[in-house]
Amino acid sequence: MSEKFVYITYIRTTPEKLWDALTKPEFTRAYWCETWQESTWEAGSPWRIMIPDGRVADSGEVLEIDRPRRLVLSWRNEFTEMKTEGYSRATFDLEPVGESVKLTVTHEMERDGSKFIAAVSNGWPHILASLKSLLETGTALPETARWPAEDHRVSSQ
Amino acid sequence: MSMDAVFKALADPTRRRLLDRLHARNGQTLSELCEHADMTRQAVTKHLAILEEANLVVMQKNGRERLHYLNPIPIGEIAERWIGKFERGRLRALSDLKKNLERDDR
Repeated sequence: MSEKFVYITYIRTTPEKLWDALTKPEFTRAYWCETWQESTWEAGSPWRIMIPDGRVADSGEVLEIDRPRRLVLSWRNEFTEMKTEGYSRATFDLEPVGESVKLTVTHEMERDGSKFIAAVSNGWPHILASLKSLLETGTALPETARWPAEDHRVSSQ
Repeated sequence: MSMDAVFKALADPTRRRLLDRLHARNGQTLSELCEHADMTRQAVTKHLAILEEANLVVMQKNGRERLHYLNPIPIGEIAERWIGKFERGRLRALSDLKKNLERDDR
């Protein structure tokens, strides 16, 4: 058995811009809770997500990369007890549809009842909504603007 | 992606129930979704097609199985567009009220 989530969002942009927004620090910092990723972005190269305080949030390896169509990462949490669950697999598929790009994010783990997959499944919708807002309007959503992101639903300003 | 399609898909209690069942357990086959469903396999297939069209359900192949996954993204977009906006207004009204009351205190 395994745990798996599939998210699809349509974003009015180009595959190249969406690819950059998914991988480049100047974009991810804006919509992904101030985090950024470090990698040389080649198949087999290490990959990690950094938290503003300098800690590593998650790490893994680039399993497959085909800019601007497909990115597959192995992905393990590093800063909580969920690290013991081991590696998950995240796949990003980008497909142009009319004036938009269909982005499919699949996150899965060969582990029944994975707490990590449950956690990321709560996080992805907010991150993806903020990414869409950034690319379509130039502004990310306030709820994912800052780390920590434990409470995504900030109800007042 | 049309919001009309999402609202239309959500307007039916049977389809909302299918979403609830995928929320309880993601990645189910058509046969699994037909269990305990008070309708024919054909009817379930039709409802799933409407949910897929609205991007609320995604079908993926896993070997010979075709598994259905809940895609909550369009619901988030509705919440942002149709709920968050009005709630922000309400919160602003409360904060204005607070400011006015505090001004009166002086």
